[in-house]
Amino acid sequence: MARIGVFICHCGENIGGTVDCAKVAQSCSQLPGVVHSVDYKYMCSDPGQNMIKEAIKEKKLTGVVVAACSPRMHEPTFRRATAEAGLNPFLCEMANLREHCSWVHPKEEATTQKAIDIVRTLVEKLKRNEAIFPIKVPVTKTALVIGGGVAGIQAALDIANGGHKVIMIEREPSIGGHMAQLSETFPTLDCSQCILTPRMVEVAQHSNITLYTYAELEGLEGFIGNFKVKIRKKAKSIDEKLCTGCGLCTTKCPQKKIPSEFEQGLGSRPAIYVPFPQAVPNKPVIDRKNCTYFTQGKCKVCEKICPTKAIRYEQTDEIIEVEIGAIVLATGFDIKRTDFFPEYGYNKYKDVIDGLQFERLASASGPTLGAIKRPSDGTTPKTVVFVACAGSRDPAKGIEYCSKICCMYTAKHAMLYKHKVHEGTPYVFYMDIRAGGKMYEEFVRRAIEEDGVKYVRGRVSRIYERNGKYIVVGADTLLGAKPLEIEADMVVLATAGIANDGAEELAQKVHVSYDPYHFFAEAHPKLRPVETNTAGIFLAGACQAPKDIPDTVAQASGAASKVQNLFSNDELTREPLIAFVNRMLPPYYSTCVGCFLCQTVCPYNAIEKEEIKTRDGKLIKTIAKINPGLCQGCGTCVALCRSKSIDIYGYTNKQVYAEVAALLSD
Amino acid sequence: MPNFEPKIVAFVCNWCTYAGADLTGTSRIKYASNIRIIRFPCTGRIDFMLLLQSFALGADGIIVSGCHPNDCHYTSGNFHARRRWMVFRSLLDFMGVDINRIVFSWVSAAEGAKWAQVVNNTVEQVKKLGPYENYKKLGQSFF
Ligand SMILES: Cc1cc2nc3c(=O)[nH]c(=O)nc-3n(C[C@H](O)[C@H](O)[C@H](O)COP(=O)(O)OP(=O)(O)OC[C@H]3O[C@@H](n4cnc5c(N)ncnc54)[C@H](O)[C@@H]3O)c2cc1C
Ligand code: SF4
Ligand code: SF4
Repeated sequence: MARIGVFICHCGENIGGTVDCAKVAQSCSQLPGVVHSVDYKYMCSDPGQNMIKEAIKEKKLTGVVVAACSPRMHEPTFRRATAEAGLNPFLCEMANLREHCSWVHPKEEATTQKAIDIVRTLVEKLKRNEAIFPIKVPVTKTALVIGGGVAGIQAALDIANGGHKVIMIEREPSIGGHMAQLSETFPTLDCSQCILTPRMVEVAQHSNITLYTYAELEGLEGFIGNFKVKIRKKAKSIDEKLCTGCGLCTTKCPQKKIPSEFEQGLGSRPAIYVPFPQAVPNKPVIDRKNCTYFTQGKCKVCEKICPTKAIRYEQTDEIIEVEIGAIVLATGFDIKRTDFFPEYGYNKYKDVIDGLQFERLASASGPTLGAIKRPSDGTTPKTVVFVACAGSRDPAKGIEYCSKICCMYTAKHAMLYKHKVHEGTPYVFYMDIRAGGKMYEEFVRRAIEEDGVKYVRGRVSRIYERNGKYIVVGADTLLGAKPLEIEADMVVLATAGIANDGAEELAQKVHVSYDPYHFFAEAHPKLRPVETNTAGIFLAGACQAPKDIPDTVAQASGAASKVQNLFSNDELTREPLIAFVNRMLPPYYSTCVGCFLCQTVCPYNAIEKEEIKTRDGKLIKTIAKINPGLCQGCGTCVALCRSKSIDIYGYTNKQVYAEVAALLSD
Repeated sequence: MPNFEPKIVAFVCNWCTYAGADLTGTSRIKYASNIRIIRFPCTGRIDFMLLLQSFALGADGIIVSGCHPNDCHYTSGNFHARRRWMVFRSLLDFMGVDINRIVFSWVSAAEGAKWAQVVNNTVEQVKKLGPYENYKKLGQSFF
């Protein structure tokens, strides 16, 4: 006979303020099989957990239902407490009274009734639970870091310095990400490359890190501790072992006018190229779309010039297969381009540029060697207008969020401009100045007070060209929406930060959730910001949401420490919520008829054939068998099986049918 | 039937819609309390006989919800669910079960607001249809 204990948590006011917990406890004490039913302020606190443990012992409970928050929050807590009291942890179920009830419904009778229904449902399920035991799986102590921006670099170095192997893949020819493109960085104005380049080199030289640039994830299988990945190493068209990085080829290539991605189109590069002088690795790749040989069938100038005979036109993409235990996603972000804004002339005006283009203009290694010049005619702009929130916080543009970094880099840009063009006048159009962060407010103040940047509160409605000048039309909302026109020589749009190209496809490949803007979703917005919903896959940097370098690096170290946490175990225990094929005594052995339809639907190839033989080896029957090491417990085979021969622990047919029945019996 | 409060059962997957409904809670978005959720590992696990049983036992409406296509935690469970649903749907229709009482939707772990909408819309829709008696009577001979 079942002897079930029910424990109703008030969660302070969170549940107790809406649901009449005492009434729920009272009502549940009447349920058949329930021998103990109480309510308490905080079940997850020590006294709360002790209440459960004592009740298990004293009342000889065969199972407990904790009606509190979401099981996604505290199921491990209460299962542990259950186990500590000597009961199998899977004989503990949680009823979600907070996220699914008290937080979403008003304080009224119907809400308390719903709470009672939820508990009753779980009690009926629990009566059909079985004691099951965790499965142990080994951990492959190698991490995969996807993306080689500052986030990936930090995570890789942390994990590698912790003594574990790391494989890093970066889809561009060099690591560095956006930080490598920046001139100077807020809030200290230190040179971005000066602080980043040493770390890039460290990644390339670290004995624990294997770096694949020009490489992308091809496929992923497996689960936490035991992933198998396929990496596509795109053909660089050079033999990396022979190439010394002398760079001769890049000077002789006849294609010279290809817009450089690194310079944001403000400079050009040849078809065989290294994206920027400090690139890591510092060896060229051939951009086949633009190479004369690949497009027209002849040229081969680089092959002739290369002193080490390193050019390989016939090279093909290579697929590398590796086994790893954890993944850090660090694929970063991008920004909207000026062509997104009809009101700002699409891409029509050469001197209306985006923030990254301004970074390149201001960078000492950029196309103008750090001089602020108009892209159109190379003159020094006398008046520059910076437009914050270009696209961000604008439901009409489909981007409702704040991109977070633009207020700060706009202040930085205006400041850098003023430092370089002393007689120039910088204007900033802004909606609010968001400068939360250590030394950030002071930084913006400095721009306004020391460098005389003119801040105008209001949106820019239109930009048009008149006699080589750009007329910026806006309104000063602090002066009663007074219309305002500024004649500018150059305009810099702080365009919205957006998810990187290919983020959605990557999320689907590795099975992590993502938000409507394609930023990867963290497992919990507050308490699990570096984990994803998929065990063993972590997040670092701007791939989760636009963020600045300090936040990026902090999150990357957080993700790295999670990985090291995982790698500190030789074995992981996995929840045994997996499928099984029923077995019974002869002459039936199993209701499985051996159609093996289940084999065709299992995404993990976890279903094998098992031959049942007589003692003298004669085949009686072939039935399905589930490999517990491979089954991930999706249950697709269970719903599919026509003879109902497969079931799944934790969600058995008995359990779910009993839940439905309990729910609807009032 | 002015004060008809329908009973809606929701079969949801653990990874997307259950988590999405958690987010609705964390964001304190309110929705109709007629809904009762049953958690499954994946929509691929959902045996559609459960839908019939629900109607037989008195449900007025049903929601089945999981990860968006391509987003399944287990790669393809939601595709199996979708395909099964397409077939099952025409069978139900043929049998005379009112398929407007079943809502099939995708709600991701990040779509807290969408979950509230799906629930509210379903409750509205089922309220208009009124209590579901036909199948209940039919079902009594089975269970
Ligand atoms: C104009 C501008 C100015 C800024 N100024 C400052 C500043 O002054 N101070 C500051 O703190 N922050 C600043 N920032 C923010 C800063 O750029 C970011 O915080 C930082 O770049 C985030 O690093 P990340 O590694 O997360 O992403 P990224 O820098 O975007 O790096 C991501 C990397 O992943 C690679 N990648 C992408 N997809 C894949 C894939 N599928 N497979 C393999 N690799 C992939 C990319 O090629 C890239 O190398 C500025 C940003 C902008 C736009
Ligand atoms: S010339 Fe040859 S060795 Fe020199 S950088 Fe080019 S490919 Fe490498
Ligand atoms: S539950 Fe069935 S279909 Fe799913 S992984 Fe396990 S064996 Fe494969």
